[in-house]
Amino acid sequence: MTITRRATIGTALAATTAVAWPGFKARAAGKKSLTIGVCSDFSGVYSDIGGKTSVACVQQAIEDFGASAKGYDIKVIQGDHQNKPDVGAGLARQWFDNGVDMLIDVPNSAVGLAIANVAVAKNKTYINSNSATSLLTGKKCNADTIHWTYDTYMLSHSTGGAMVASGGKTWFFITANYAFGQLLRDQTAAVVRAAGGKVLGDAAYPFPQTTDFSSFLLQAQSSGAQVLGLANAGKDTVNSIKQAHQFGITQSGMKIAGLLIYINDVHGMGLEIAQGLVLTESFYWNLNDRTRAFTKRVLPKTPNNYPSMAQAGCYSGTLHFLKAVDVIGVPAASDGAQVVTQMKKMPTDDDAFGKCYIREDGRFMCPSFLFRVKKPGESSIPWDYYNLLHTTPAEQTFAPLATEGCPLVKA
Amino acid sequence: MLGFSRTQSVALAVLVLVVIAAPFLLYPIVVMQVMCYAIFAMGTNLLMGSVGLLSLGQAAYFGLGGYVAGYLVQSVGLTPELGIIAGGAAGALLGTGFGWLAIRRQDIYFAMVTLALAQIVYFAAVQATGFTGGENGIQGIARGDLFGHLPLKSDHAMYVVVAVIFLAGVVFVHRIVNSPFGQVVKAVRDNEPRMISLGYRTDAYKGMIFVLAALFAGVAGATKAMVMGIVTLSDVGATTSGLVVLMVLLGGIGTIFGPIVGAAIVVAMQYYLAPFGAWVIVIQGAIFMVCVLVFRRGIIGEVAFRLRTPL
Amino acid sequence: MVMIFGKPLPLLFGQLLLGIINGSFYAMLSMGLAIIFGLLRIINFAHGAMFMVGAFVTWALLTYLHIGYWGALICAPVIVGIFGIALERLFIRRIYKLDILYGLLLTFGIAQVLQGLATNYFGVSGVSYDPPASLARVVNLGFMYLPVYRGFVVIAAILICFCTWFVIEKTRLGALLRAATENPSLVQAFGVNVPRLIALTFGGGVALAALAGVLAAPLYSVNPDMGSDLIDTVFAVVVIGGMGSIGGAVLTGFGLGVIEGFTDVFYPPGSAVVVFVVMAIVLLARPAGLFGKTA
Repeated sequence: MTITRRATIGTALAATTAVAWPGFKARAAGKKSLTIGVCSDFSGVYSDIGGKTSVACVQQAIEDFGASAKGYDIKVIQGDHQNKPDVGAGLARQWFDNGVDMLIDVPNSAVGLAIANVAVAKNKTYINSNSATSLLTGKKCNADTIHWTYDTYMLSHSTGGAMVASGGKTWFFITANYAFGQLLRDQTAAVVRAAGGKVLGDAAYPFPQTTDFSSFLLQAQSSGAQVLGLANAGKDTVNSIKQAHQFGITQSGMKIAGLLIYINDVHGMGLEIAQGLVLTESFYWNLNDRTRAFTKRVLPKTPNNYPSMAQAGCYSGTLHFLKAVDVIGVPAASDGAQVVTQMKKMPTDDDAFGKCYIREDGRFMCPSFLFRVKKPGESSIPWDYYNLLHTTPAEQTFAPLATEGCPLVKA
Repeated sequence: MLGFSRTQSVALAVLVLVVIAAPFLLYPIVVMQVMCYAIFAMGTNLLMGSVGLLSLGQAAYFGLGGYVAGYLVQSVGLTPELGIIAGGAAGALLGTGFGWLAIRRQDIYFAMVTLALAQIVYFAAVQATGFTGGENGIQGIARGDLFGHLPLKSDHAMYVVVAVIFLAGVVFVHRIVNSPFGQVVKAVRDNEPRMISLGYRTDAYKGMIFVLAALFAGVAGATKAMVMGIVTLSDVGATTSGLVVLMVLLGGIGTIFGPIVGAAIVVAMQYYLAPFGAWVIVIQGAIFMVCVLVFRRGIIGEVAFRLRTPL
Repeated sequence: MVMIFGKPLPLLFGQLLLGIINGSFYAMLSMGLAIIFGLLRIINFAHGAMFMVGAFVTWALLTYLHIGYWGALICAPVIVGIFGIALERLFIRRIYKLDILYGLLLTFGIAQVLQGLATNYFGVSGVSYDPPASLARVVNLGFMYLPVYRGFVVIAAILICFCTWFVIEKTRLGALLRAATENPSLVQAFGVNVPRLIALTFGGGVALAALAGVLAAPLYSVNPDMGSDLIDTVFAVVVIGGMGSIGGAVLTGFGLGVIEGFTDVFYPPGSAVVVFVVMAIVLLARPAGLFGKTA
């Protein structure tokens, strides 16, 4: 059994070298040190809308907070959840057990929900900026979780509502078959039905291994629906829209409603294909002077990928977390509920989202913007892709408080 | 001691010491995962070692055990020990059905039938969202109280439970292999026609080993579900089936302690090499190749060969 | 709208066509597997990885050497074929005398290494590759719009399958191969270099996988998992068709593609699993597969 022992020692060594970040002991030594974990998709379908650019935004927030001038020593670590809930939950558990104070980003709603369970069990601050599911502030809300940036309610009501209002009454959905896609489809279908429209069919595809959407597109086409609702995100959306063009979906007059499209996806498709798409974001880099100023600061860290709303949310969320910790003191930073309570007490203010606030169910309340993607000729500078159609104030953007069954909200 | 040879007794004593010391030196969650996968690998090793059958679908029983335990504990409110028993029973039951189908085939066809059946289970898990949670999995399973009284929320309490199941599994496997039943099974592996002519119903023996392997897989999956609080499609997928074969191969086919060492190395690799991304897969693949090309006895098999004693 | 079995005709035809396109890949891949199994008695689990490598080589040829699609159709299979021969010489030949299951485990390891390396260099979502300009159009077939490239894939696949079948069944080289499969020592005695024949066969088999990879590159996104997503199905095809039966593999490949397509119309969630259900049934009823010779 000597080899067993050697293997065990090897494991112990690996544990101390590969996982080298300061835990509570380092903090006891007197420095104001914090650890932030960015849990994201670094290589998969959501790597452009999360991943490295999210890390860059977190680092920008630490800079803008003036961490070093204020005597803070803040470590940022990152981990790839591979779009697997078990991997994400295991990573979060390991991080929290080893002294990570706050976990942020997390695209993919299935992983996002799994980590919310771990965060509340370990009482650690969890800012989700990149999952869409509105369950995070509904039935699955908890005292350690804040949902930043956007959710399925906002997408279904804003983009879905706009499509219905412009005459799209019959819908066919192509759905990424997991927490996010299912909820986005259901909420959009409710919006369609409430406006007197009809849902003619739905094709739910296995996520994340599907890259060929032709079979679902054929079903959509033969349904005769006016609108093709894409309840998916990231590269899946890009692929489905590209293939919809190949199979003549748009030529035959069917409209595409991309329910969740980020600016990075528009960039990936190119304006030739993306032009005319209607979409909703709560941040756009070219919206006003403050958003442009923020983008200018962060771009050197992520030169080939402009920040999307979710990545900007990582900036905004980290900045607000640091402000809150600055008030309650570093020793309290490991008590998630206390940090989150403080964050809810203070209004937020940053260059990306302006002045906003956090509601008691953990919902970050910011306005949303309905955009139309520009034609190739209209775009003058790099990544200048959107025309603003409509602004929805925060209170109408998100579901009214206490209607979604969050146990934190007292009726 | 319990029918263990002297060397085996020493090895067992060392194993017990390692199990006792590990949670103080290492991250307990990882050690618990090692033990869960070790139970899984010990069962698979019964099949590969004792009867010489390579199954490429063991994850079906592992995943089912996890889902059943997770569902019963979370949605029905069963206590964790009942959940684990139910998970094991579910694995064994599925193993009875599939085993009945699969053991009539040999070699490569056996491997392919088990693969096909496991794929069917996987897709059933994708579809049965009410039971499995589909792509989301069953999330946030609370560990609950053992026998309804002892809370398992702390990792150390859970550790004791997992360690007891694991060590019981080691002793149980050893008892099976060295029982008269185990001797017959070995004889079936070495010369099946002869055993048939001696009047043994060889298919029944193979079937029983198949069911035992599925039982171990079910218990392992259920225990892991309790430890991690989450069961997902990864647990029932082909990757997990491949992983357990790697553990057995690396540790040593047909040894008592090999699968444990194999599980420890593979899990440690996955956990601590995770920051290096897909290199884990590359290394795993390379280990497969090295094991097959030059190291077919595996680690413990090699040690046992050098010491000229079974381990 | 015309309906058959309660389904609109265009949908039925459309899915049938998609089924044939998928079937083309099943046929090409399972044919290579069957050839390799026939002579080497190796279950090549790395076949999917070779398909994936073929697609990435296609992309690399364009990106680094500016060799376009038509050039890649020749170059990529040659490159991957040589790579396959190297693998056979270095690793696979060492295990011919062992239990057949070790071959499966070894090639599984090779597949993992290749897939892991590709993931490291290209990320999980991989890269995209556009079809050649001359085939990038869409035609309206009346019942559906068909991207011309997809039609081209079907025709190319049928041609490739026919040529391979012809070489093996009707030429001297094929006769040699078949003879070596039956009785390698006798063929050796006739002065044929059997080890070289085996290496070339393996190279040829994986070159076919790479050729399928070139055809697939413009169709699907070129990603590290594209082979492993397909390989289980392809194995099922080979097993159903009968291990080592080339014609059986091709027919079963197209047949299962069509069955999948129809399942997609009538019970979409079942399309991913129907192949395995068929395989389980066939194996239990006819252990040697539909076209297998030995009982």
